[in-house]
Formats: sequence, C-alpha cells, structure tokens
Amino acid sequence: MSGLQLEQSPTTKGDGEISNYTLNFGPQHPAAHGVLRMVMELDGEIVERIDPHVGLLHRGTEKLIEYKTYLQALPYFDRLDYCSPLAQEYSYVLAIEKLLNVEVPERAQYLRVLFAELTRICNHMLNIGAHVMDVGAMTPNLWVFELREDCLNFFERASGARMHSAWFRPGGVHQDVPLKLLTDIGDWVDNRLPELFGDAMSLVIDNRIFKQRNVDIAIVSKDDAVKWGFSGPLIRAAGIPWDLRKSQPYDVYDRMDFEIPVGTNSDCYDRFMIRVEEVKQSARIIKQCLAEMPEGPIASDDKKVSPPKRAEMKQSMEALIHHFKLYTEGFHVPAGAVYVATESPKGEFGVYLVSDGSNKPYRCKIRPTAFSHLQAMDMMCKGHQLADATAILGAIDVVFGECDR
Amino acid sequence: MTVLHSAPKYASNEGALDTLSKALGDHLICAEETHGELLFTVKRDSIEDVLRLLRDEHDYQQLMEIAGVDYPDRSERFECVYMLLSLTKNHRVMVKLSTDEATPVPTVTTLWPVAGWLEREIFDMYGVLFDGNTDLRRILTDYGFEGHPFRKDFPLTGYTELRYSEEEKRVVYEPVELAQDFRTFDFESPWEGSNYVLPGDEKAEQPPQVDKPKVTENAKDTGAGKKAEEKAAKGTPADPPAMVNKKEDKS
Repeated sequence: MSGLQLEQSPTTKGDGEISNYTLNFGPQHPAAHGVLRMVMELDGEIVERIDPHVGLLHRGTEKLIEYKTYLQALPYFDRLDYCSPLAQEYSYVLAIEKLLNVEVPERAQYLRVLFAELTRICNHMLNIGAHVMDVGAMTPNLWVFELREDCLNFFERASGARMHSAWFRPGGVHQDVPLKLLTDIGDWVDNRLPELFGDAMSLVIDNRIFKQRNVDIAIVSKDDAVKWGFSGPLIRAAGIPWDLRKSQPYDVYDRMDFEIPVGTNSDCYDRFMIRVEEVKQSARIIKQCLAEMPEGPIASDDKKVSPPKRAEMKQSMEALIHHFKLYTEGFHVPAGAVYVATESPKGEFGVYLVSDGSNKPYRCKIRPTAFSHLQAMDMMCKGHQLADATAILGAIDVVFGECDR
Repeated sequence: MTVLHSAPKYASNEGALDTLSKALGDHLICAEETHGELLFTVKRDSIEDVLRLLRDEHDYQQLMEIAGVDYPDRSERFECVYMLLSLTKNHRVMVKLSTDEATPVPTVTTLWPVAGWLEREIFDMYGVLFDGNTDLRRILTDYGFEGHPFRKDFPLTGYTELRYSEEEKRVVYEPVELAQDFRTFDFESPWEGSNYVLPGDEKAEQPPQVDKPKVTENAKDTGAGKKAEEKAAKGTPADPPAMVNKKEDKS
C-alpha cells in the first residue's frame, strides 16, 4: 500500500436525504410560449419527469361555437392558433363545404392556397425566430420578424385585418384581392424573402452554439412519432414523408409542384431545418399560384351559401333577401358528421363537425396539433437537461390558444 | 352524389366498408358511409379489441383524435368518436361508441399513449369515465372546477366567475352575475326549421300544401304591374333628394 491515503469526507447529515426536487416551469415563463405550466421533477439538472398542465387559456371555444351560426363561428378559428389564423379557418370552411357539398370556384381555391402558404411562412417566421431566441440568439429573430410583418401587411390588404382575418368563407373567400397585392406578393417572394431569410438563416444553421443546443436533443423514433399522434414537421423530422397537402390534397394542392422535406435524425435540429425548408417550398407554391391563378368569381354561385355582392343588393330584391337571411338565420347544413383535417403549419389541424340540419353546429370538435405534441413532452424530455426543455418546446411549435381552445 | 367540394381527398372508400365490417364481426353494431366518411358504431366493451384489430391488421396506425358528443335525449347520452388514420393506406375511418354518465369506457391508452390526454379531455368536458386510464385528471378546466362544461345542460356562461379582489389581495370566485340576461336568438325561419304551433294552427290537421313554391326569380314573377317594372328597370336615382335637417344647431 502506498503512503497515499484517500481522505474520506465526513458524511454530513443531509447527504442521504437529498432527493429529486420539483420545479415549476411557468405558467409565466418567456420560453413557455404562452401559459404553460410544467411541473418538472429534477435530479440535479436532469429532467426525470414532466407533467405539463395545460388549459390555462381554455376559453370554451367549442362550446361557444355551438351557440353561433356557421358563419358567426368562423372568427373563433382565427383566435385559436393566433400565429397562423388562416390555416385554422381552412379546416373549418372545408368541413362545412364537405357537408354542404358546394363547389368552390377555381380562383377562390387558388387564393386560399396562396394565403394558406403565406400563413405558413408567417407562422414559421415566428416559430423559427422564437426557437433561436429560446436557445440564445437574438438577431435572427429581429430579422425574421420583419418578414412576418410583411406577411401580416399582405393579410391586411386582402382582408382588412392583420391577424384575425376571417377571410376564408364557406364557398370561397370573402373578397377578391387587388391585382397590385398579387404583384407585390410576387415581388416579395422573388426578392425580399429569399434575401432576408437567407441572411437570417446563415447566422443560425451552421452556428456552433445553435447546433450544440439542438442536435441530438429529443430524438423520437419513427415508431414513437406514430404512436404519440405526431403530425406536421414533427412526424416529418422522424423520417416519415407525411404531408396532408401531398397525400390528401384539398383545393388545388394537387396541381402544385413542391417537395416535402424529411428529417434523418429526428432531433430538434431536424425539426427546425424542416421548417426552414418548408418556407422555401411555400414560396414555390406561392409563385405557382400567382402564375396559374385564373380570373373569375371568388365565391360559390350557390346563393343559399355565399352572400350577394353589395352592388347587387341595391338592385335586386332577391339579393337583399338572401343577404338578410344569410346574416340573421344563416344557412342550414344537412345533418351528418365529417372529420376534415388540413396541414396547418404546426401539423394536422382537424375539425369534427356534427350537424343536426339546423343553422348552428351541433358539435364542433377541434383537433389541435399541439395537444398531442405536448403530451409527448415527458417522453421527449426524459434524461435531458433542464435547459433543453426550452429547445424541445421551441421545436414543437406550440401555441396555447390552439392547444387549450 | 357527385363530389363538388374540394375537401381533402384520401384513398377511395371502395370496398373498405365491407372488408372492415366483416373483420369487425360481432363487435359491430352498424357501419355506414355518409358524406364520404366511413363510420363504424361498435359495442362499448369491445372498443379496445376493435381498435387493436384496425391498428394491427388493417394498418390504421395513428389515433388522431377522440371526440365526445352529448345527446341528452338518448338513454346513453354520450358518444365517443375515435378518428383513425392510416399512413400507409392514406385512409381515414371513424369508430363510434356510446355511453352514459355512470358506465366507464375501456381505455385505449394500452394501444396508443396519445389516448391519455384525449381521454382526459373527454372526462373533463363530459364526465365520461375511462376504465384503465391511470391518469384521469381534469385537463382543460381550472384547478378545483366542478361540473362538465361541454354537456348540453351546462349553461354557456358557467356558474362561477373570478376576479382579483383588492381587499383580500387574491383572486376570488363568485357566482356568475350577468349585467344583462343571457340571450339566445332563434333566427330559424318560422316557415321551415322550427316546429312551434302558431295560435289557431292547432285547428287545422295539416297545413295547406303548395304544389309549386312561389319564386320571384325574374320581374314577371313579382306580380307587380308594368308601370312598376319600368320604374324599377331604371334603377335608383343617381342623387337621391338630400335630407333636410330642420332643427338648427344652436351651440
């Protein structure tokens, strides 16, 4: 035995009693993306268990919808996921159209696809910016917010409202857009978007710190992604090429030529990169829409569904009656139930609409994207550090207006 | 019926109804296809077997949603609708069961972990119990909330409201007090949707039938005279007579 003797530290009284401790993350936390409370059980800095408490923003939207006519219920959808309002309206109007079986004119279909993709860019700008800020970068967020602002200005010029547009209507869209708006969107997609977005992303994509915070964080296997009901960028990051725009096309998506980015590693970095690529693909779709969009009506010619033009009302008694009836009683929807899901920027956003044949929905169940994703928080965070929880949350892209409804 | 709408188009339903009905066998109560959607009503107790069968043998890998619906007039008032998605077949089906306040539904958390919160939500909103769900807590409503708000007999305004009390320095809960009574308007046309009896109508056994509904698609149908038609054809005058304000503003 050598002369070296290891000194035994005297056992202090508290040592044996140190156990896991519980920490409240939120409900007011800048990285919680809203009002999320996560009760975390930590072992040192390692997350052992997470119990997300949602519902702090529950407003009973689905119940309120049951008391409104079909048209009056539409603006509630803007207020669900307030980062991508038009994408929520999309599912709802398609569900009504499916029950009514009304035909939507081609121009309206193109306009809806165009603005749905603009919404996707708008949403991803917010998420990409928030995600990089969650892991410590400041500048890219400020830059991409400029692009988001541009998108919101386009919405304002189309509908009159920056965020809560209520512009998609059963049977088409509310109003036609001026030609100048379309040329401006085209100009923006050709010049400003690739330039500024490229600049902002050049700061992030190969950034050492950003990669350290995201690569190999929260790897989810294909199997798990399916079992936990993942959709949107999260299921694509897991390597499953699943996009409702491609596999279950609605409106004119089947005419669009675009690609689905798919991840290889299924970590937070992949989820981020998929959103980056989706922005570019959305720009492609927008360009095609602008090139192919025909002239013509922007709402269904079914007078019992879409209201008459104001000018028409000055001349025609019939139009006046239709207008009055549509905005008081509303239209009646044949009895039945449909589940319509579209690819919102965050994943599968579904509406289960039950009609009893009256002018109000009997039940309108909304399938939020974040609800399933957030449920997997515990599974994804297990064994990661506390600081990774913000990166994981940022990569899920959760908005509580939608999650809590 | 020809499909005119442009809602999401997934793989054709052709044959799926028969194949799946046959596969479900005794579990099935009724299978139907409405509005282009397949809906299977199954026995409550066999929901787990049904969904396992659909998942393992018919490739419906994902459970996207469970929706609760309340029909207060039925003896089993609640419906749970399970939305399944097949990623490989690119197809959707709905599976439905019914239950009441007291009878629990077997959980499907054994098949999909995602069912955990979906079942919790239905429990919270409707009070449907799920047998086997180990974590059946409230999820969307407030801590300590009572009642199940999405039931049709739960008032839209709820029972309690909360505010921050300056005196007590905390949030206090109080019974709902509305400055104006809650109003619902029934805009349904008395000629079609509604079924109330107008005074005097009860004497007639059946309302008088009309062979051809009256329409006013063109000017002839309106029944107005030729003079009125000519006047109408001219349209409204370009500058209507200005309103004369007789009251003078004295300020």
